[in-house]
Amino acid sequence: MSCNRTQHWSWWLVAAIILIALPFVLEKAVSQYYVYLAIKIIVWALFAMSFNLVLGYGGMMSFGHAAFYGVGAYCAALLIVKASWPMPLAFLAAPVAAALAGLVIGFFSVRIKGVFYFAVLTLSFAQLLYIIVFKWRSFTFGDDGIQGIPVPDIISTQDSYIGYYFFALAVALVCIYLLWRIGRSPFGLMLRALRDNPQRSTFIGMNVQNYRLIAFTISAFFSGVAGALFTFLETSVSPDVLFWSNSGEVILMGLLGGMDVFLGPALGAAIMVLLNSFITSYTQYWQICLGVTLILIVLVFPQGVGGLMAKFYSTWKGEKRA
Amino acid sequence: MAFDPSILAVQFVSGLCRAMILFLMASGLTLVFGVMRVINFAHGAFYMLGAYLAFSITQMLSTVPGGFWIALVIAPIIVSLVGGLVEIFLLRRIYDKEHLLQILLTYALIFVLNDLTKMIWGVELRMVNMPPVLGGFVPFLDHQFPVYYFFILGVGLAVAIAIWFLLQRTRFGKLLRAAAEHRDMVDALGYNVGGLFTIVFMMATWLGGLAGVVIAPTVRISLGMGMEIIIEAFLVVIIGGLGNVWGALLGALITGQLYAFGILIIEKYAMAFLFALAALIIIFRPAGLLGKTTQEGG
Repeated sequence: MSCNRTQHWSWWLVAAIILIALPFVLEKAVSQYYVYLAIKIIVWALFAMSFNLVLGYGGMMSFGHAAFYGVGAYCAALLIVKASWPMPLAFLAAPVAAALAGLVIGFFSVRIKGVFYFAVLTLSFAQLLYIIVFKWRSFTFGDDGIQGIPVPDIISTQDSYIGYYFFALAVALVCIYLLWRIGRSPFGLMLRALRDNPQRSTFIGMNVQNYRLIAFTISAFFSGVAGALFTFLETSVSPDVLFWSNSGEVILMGLLGGMDVFLGPALGAAIMVLLNSFITSYTQYWQICLGVTLILIVLVFPQGVGGLMAKFYSTWKGEKRA
Repeated sequence: MAFDPSILAVQFVSGLCRAMILFLMASGLTLVFGVMRVINFAHGAFYMLGAYLAFSITQMLSTVPGGFWIALVIAPIIVSLVGGLVEIFLLRRIYDKEHLLQILLTYALIFVLNDLTKMIWGVELRMVNMPPVLGGFVPFLDHQFPVYYFFILGVGLAVAIAIWFLLQRTRFGKLLRAAAEHRDMVDALGYNVGGLFTIVFMMATWLGGLAGVVIAPTVRISLGMGMEIIIEAFLVVIIGGLGNVWGALLGALITGQLYAFGILIIEKYAMAFLFALAALIIIFRPAGLLGKTTQEGG
């Protein structure tokens, strides 16, 4: 047991050193662009992990999560540009706005049975929001988007992405820790029970819809954090953040990484971002690589890359113990 | 803003045309769902494939009169052969899996088909010439309407009648309806349900391919066209009732008109009305207008 503990801690230490050293190494060894990519992975990893609370834990295939990511992104931008709020306040308000959007959309959606109906309803809400943002020029600047959002010097990406890397990393780690706690809490366990057997869960007295609505709202909250992180990374925002393709992408990340492993979606996010930027520089046919990988995952490894790694890890540990 | 009544007539006819294309798409989606219980996200990719094939075939036959008509026959058949391969090699493996994985498989298929199309035809926009016979205009309700509009209406009507005949008047249609209700029973009676599924999927992709060929002379053919129409087709089947062919027709007619008149109110984003209607239907009548209330719905 004690041996196990120290091993456990040494892993954490290694992870911490890698995460701290990474941006410096990337900046020295390759270029700023790779630090930017690392931040992008952090943002998408947070988005994918908050989404997994709905898909992986709750068994609800939302096809409209871009709405919450987008509300977070827009709220942060608009509060600064339109209401001249200080950046930290705007950053805190963004996830609250996203959670409110999640509460409203979730209120109508969580009672819907059937994967397809749920998907189309959430998609419809998200697309309505997209169209509103696109058309409501006087408030949202329409398809021009919002450029040049001011950020404090310490996290400014003007000269170097390193400051922002640590900011995004810290925010994401706090959120991921909270998501981990939620997943292990009685609430998280009930949510999974409900996903696996809604009928029995109702029989033991669970209010199915309440649990699903709470999960949906929490997920929207953290998606909003990811959206706000994205806004300050780019210091601009456009209606594209709300477009349905973002909702599709986050689903694929979950599938790719594995929805039953806690860090699976983060792994999926890393794979997608890296694949996207590397394969596109070699070939214009990156979609086919992605498509074939996804088909293989569905047909052969439905547990995803993360699930596969977890399986290998446990057999490896089992062998060592034997 | 006062509407000129003749504008209303124009919008009505163009809405009908849109409805017919959507019906061709939605009937394929709904057939596959009704019989196989699979939501085919990649249906739009087959539509796109139909349009690109129409482009290539009319190019090859540009010196021969009637190239378009040959494309109209051949392109949907090629599309349905591709569909058959997809069913045999991919879909067949996931019928017993959860709906989520089925949706993701067909979603992944979009990427593959999109890039294959890009490899063959490149990224340039393509055009198909209108067949000369259908190139003119006809006066109707004080207005000049393209003859092609009426051709689209004719194709839509013919397909609707053919589907009705097939489902209601043939032995094969009886089998399809039986398989939609009780797959296991049909299997137990000794019919080859696997083969039936392949045929249904080929029929559906044939319809998708046909929609692609029919729309080809009126649009610029691009890699994004499949995704544009698939979401609208989803809304159509939701509005009409998933798994119900007449629901698909009704849903298409409503959607077509809503869009055609919606663009008079907010041009370019009339889709907002469709999303709003679909959301209302899912919330208040999830089985759709013509669906049975016991639909399990994906």
